[in-house]
Amino acid sequence: MSEQSLAIRKFSDLANPTRFLALSAAVWPWMAAVTALFFAVGLYLCFSTVGDYQQGETVRIMYIHVPAAWLSMMCYSVMALSALGTLVWRHPLADVSAKTAAPIGACFTFIALITGSLWGKPMWGTWWVWDARLTSVFVLFLMYLGLIALNRAVDDPTRAAKVGAILILVGFVNIPIIKFSVEWWNTLHQPASVIRLDGPTIDPEFLRPLVVMAIAFTLLFFTLHILAMRNEILRRRVATLRRLAARSAGHGSGGPGLAGPGLAAPEEAPR
Amino acid sequence: MNHAAYVAAAYAAALATVAGLILWVWLDGRARRRELATLEASGIRRRSAGEAR
Repeated sequence: MSEQSLAIRKFSDLANPTRFLALSAAVWPWMAAVTALFFAVGLYLCFSTVGDYQQGETVRIMYIHVPAAWLSMMCYSVMALSALGTLVWRHPLADVSAKTAAPIGACFTFIALITGSLWGKPMWGTWWVWDARLTSVFVLFLMYLGLIALNRAVDDPTRAAKVGAILILVGFVNIPIIKFSVEWWNTLHQPASVIRLDGPTIDPEFLRPLVVMAIAFTLLFFTLHILAMRNEILRRRVATLRRLAARSAGHGSGGPGLAGPGLAAPEEAPR
Repeated sequence: MNHAAYVAAAYAAALATVAGLILWVWLDGRARRRELATLEASGIRRRSAGEAR
């Protein structure tokens, strides 16, 4: 395989798993380093800025709660785009992307729920209320778990991807509900204070660590997503190779040419 | 609990979750690379290995 053939000329070249592996191998150490840098600066700012005059020290929980909550929604949006890639363009990498984003999204949603609860107890006086925002985020968490379960329950990755993609797109209706729940309903959760049409309403003292942590979390997501996608590509290659080995053992000289379309791993599937 | 304890608990929970995620991705990748290496060592290779697609 010549070096030349691995060059990414068009965006669609990324859909080739072999090119993706080569490019991501070169990129991920840099992404990990930049992520660590942003976390170092972000965590320093988290604990060096002053406390809020009402929330006191607990304002520091916001610096992880808010980025995690943003990421929980962004991850689902990435999965929805991947689902489009699966259903419309049938990119094999889109299946891989949607499947591997789900556990990462579930973790970020879990962090948002836990840290929100730990902020709610001292500030609201309760760990949990069933208001529209909290409930819709909890539903998002359950959807992530459902998608993970679905991917594990269906053996054929191509079929799992197709069913999963439809579920992801149906579930995407929850994302605007989460975002606007604090405006549409009377919630205990406060309305948006950073991403607003009239600009952020929080003090720069709190905005600075929040933005740096948000960038750090976003970089962490993409680094982990790329690495998880690499693992999934390798997992499918292993599965394909094991099938080839089993088939050639069963047929004596029968070679890989016997592969049926339903059995072939996505990166090997006829287009 | 005072406020500092809630802050510490929140950061500890987030750190534990992220650490678990990183560990899972790392161990998963290591196991898959080992499986591929074992398969290739036993002479089983991909059809497209060696050709640029």
